[in-house]
Amino acid sequence: MKNISKKRVVATTGNGAVAEAMKQINPDVLVAYPITPQTAIVQDFSQFVADGAVDSEYVTVESEHSSMSACIGASAAGARVMTATSSQGLALMHEMLYIAAGSRLPIIMPNVNRALSAPINIHCDHSDSMGARDTGWIQLYSENAQEAYDNTIQAVRIAENKKVLLPVMVNLDGFIISHGIEKAEFIEDRKVKSFVGERKPFLPLLDVDNPVTYGPFDGLGGYFMEHKKNQADAMERARDVILEAAEDFAKISGRKYGFFEEYLLDDAEIAIVTLNSSAGTTKHVINELRAEGLPVGLLKLRVFRPFPAKELAEALKHLKAVAVLDRALSSGFVGPLFSEVQTALFNLETRPKVINFIYGLGGRDYTLHEARKAFEELMTVAKTGKIKKTLGYLGLKEVEVLV
Amino acid sequence: MKIKDLTEKKERLTSGHRLCAGCGAPIVVRQILMGTDKPVVVGCSTGCLEVSTTIYPSTAWDTPYIHSAFENVGATISGVEAAYQSLKRQGKLDKEIKFVAFGGDGGTYDIGFQSLSGAMERGHDMVYVCYDNEAYMNTGIQRSSSTPRGAWTTTSQVGKAEPGKKQNRKNLTACIAAHDIPYVAQSSPSSWKDLVKKSTKAFDIKGPAFLNVIAPCPRGWRHPSDQALRIAKLAVETCFWPLYEVEDGEWKLNYKPKEKKPLAEWLKTQGRFKHLFKPENEHIIEELQAKVDKDWERLLKLCGEA
Repeated sequence: MKNISKKRVVATTGNGAVAEAMKQINPDVLVAYPITPQTAIVQDFSQFVADGAVDSEYVTVESEHSSMSACIGASAAGARVMTATSSQGLALMHEMLYIAAGSRLPIIMPNVNRALSAPINIHCDHSDSMGARDTGWIQLYSENAQEAYDNTIQAVRIAENKKVLLPVMVNLDGFIISHGIEKAEFIEDRKVKSFVGERKPFLPLLDVDNPVTYGPFDGLGGYFMEHKKNQADAMERARDVILEAAEDFAKISGRKYGFFEEYLLDDAEIAIVTLNSSAGTTKHVINELRAEGLPVGLLKLRVFRPFPAKELAEALKHLKAVAVLDRALSSGFVGPLFSEVQTALFNLETRPKVINFIYGLGGRDYTLHEARKAFEELMTVAKTGKIKKTLGYLGLKEVEVLV
Repeated sequence: MKIKDLTEKKERLTSGHRLCAGCGAPIVVRQILMGTDKPVVVGCSTGCLEVSTTIYPSTAWDTPYIHSAFENVGATISGVEAAYQSLKRQGKLDKEIKFVAFGGDGGTYDIGFQSLSGAMERGHDMVYVCYDNEAYMNTGIQRSSSTPRGAWTTTSQVGKAEPGKKQNRKNLTACIAAHDIPYVAQSSPSSWKDLVKKSTKAFDIKGPAFLNVIAPCPRGWRHPSDQALRIAKLAVETCFWPLYEVEDGEWKLNYKPKEKKPLAEWLKTQGRFKHLFKPENEHIIEELQAKVDKDWERLLKLCGEA
């Protein structure tokens, strides 16, 4: 660990950690629009601009739709571009998310996960980023402030790699992580600077001597389908690039990343699969249950797009039963993460029984109690080999239903 | 400014695009791009101009060009301009480059209004040009907030119960003038000297500039394809589309017809107003004339001409 000489160990919020990463990345253009719980990120960045600590052009747009539109313009121009958003903001820019990815623009965007209206609610769930699943963005998830910081820095290398050239969304849980203060370790500025390097834009608009056309019409008789296939291939190539970036990142940070983290999974018989901050609570309960002699484990997914189906199946195949936790709903069917995990496991010769729990919508607490409940249900499934109910809810209040 | 010199300038919107014969939009674009000799990055909102000039793998643009969506060319080109400012400030780029956004009236008056307003307020060094053909022409002639009262469109149909569009048009030029930006102007491709001069001014002024330019549409306005410029000229001569500019808050009239022609002369050139000449609708023509008169008087006052 000698090479991490001047690390700074700080107490920070998740938003503070992301803002610090953005400052160190020092993008050419930072597009800002306020939305709870992301706002603190762009507020911090405004201070960096005011202090002369960054070179960024700080563009304060009038909506998230314009925010992503300005990012698209600036990225096509050849600049390194970042913005941040949450919830309704991500939904408002939905149309532009496809255009950013389809135009192969390496925009970096932290998304502080928050529920979507209605009813309006400012707290954490993943319905925002799950709604953006098919937009063509790479999606990384972060358990805590440290991972949000680390993912933001790695995102630059992933997005701008010439084999990829796709936008990256870095997700962290609203309030739980964005506003909670915890310990994190910041890397030296110069190391981050050298890790992210300079963007070498491909066919930038500002190369006026070599004019290019961005966003052409590509209709019947054209190459629309080939363009989309190329884009899908780039997402496939991102798998290796994500792992390469993680390997290089370990050299400057001492922290290792992959597609997912396995926690006491090797010798487990039952396990939970989840995203983001609920992994911390789950780990705590695993420690308690392990002390009671129960073979429980966790797989915390970091990379949701591209989805590491093969590796995930390999990691889960020895289990008797798996519970996938979804902090989002797909009314009319199972949770979105469950669908992916189930698909990943389907072609295995023998596979674990898989159940789905919806939890934490609108910031509803996922406590030790809920984690235990999920494991208890898993134990029953493992013991009987039978699934009574595929989809269940954790932490739901009993209420009188009117409509 | 000599027309011969203008014809010798490099065409940045080249021939071979697929806009309709007689369309006003490319005439407007070419006159605007004659306004500067500096490199220009063009932004375009979704619409006729966009779909007809960039049919992949071809492009009619011999200058950097970006289209991203319908409602956001203001924001898109402001992002390009922000990148330029940043890279220039950091010494990563040294050329002087100009930025222009083109939007139709649907993409400017309606769905792109917020994005335009934001870009103007933020003060980007850019020109926004609305080529105003007074309806959603690319989707097949639907009414916009620029469509004049009484006009037939496919969403303001004419029948026993309805006489075409019921509302007056939005005064967008005045809306943008209210943003207190350095330069706002209204022009017409029929007055090429006026339009190219305004384009040069808009490109040269530091900060945002907005030009609203009438762009007749033979398909939507229902007129022969060789009449676009004559009809644009009549819009000016009837004072339906006055030529004026607002520079640093000062309103200035650029052209005062010697004899203000009756609005009906303009209306009768276009099939979209045909039904207004039926006896039961003649009161609408009178009311439209009264509106033009009132607006003209107000403009004269603003320009110190009254």
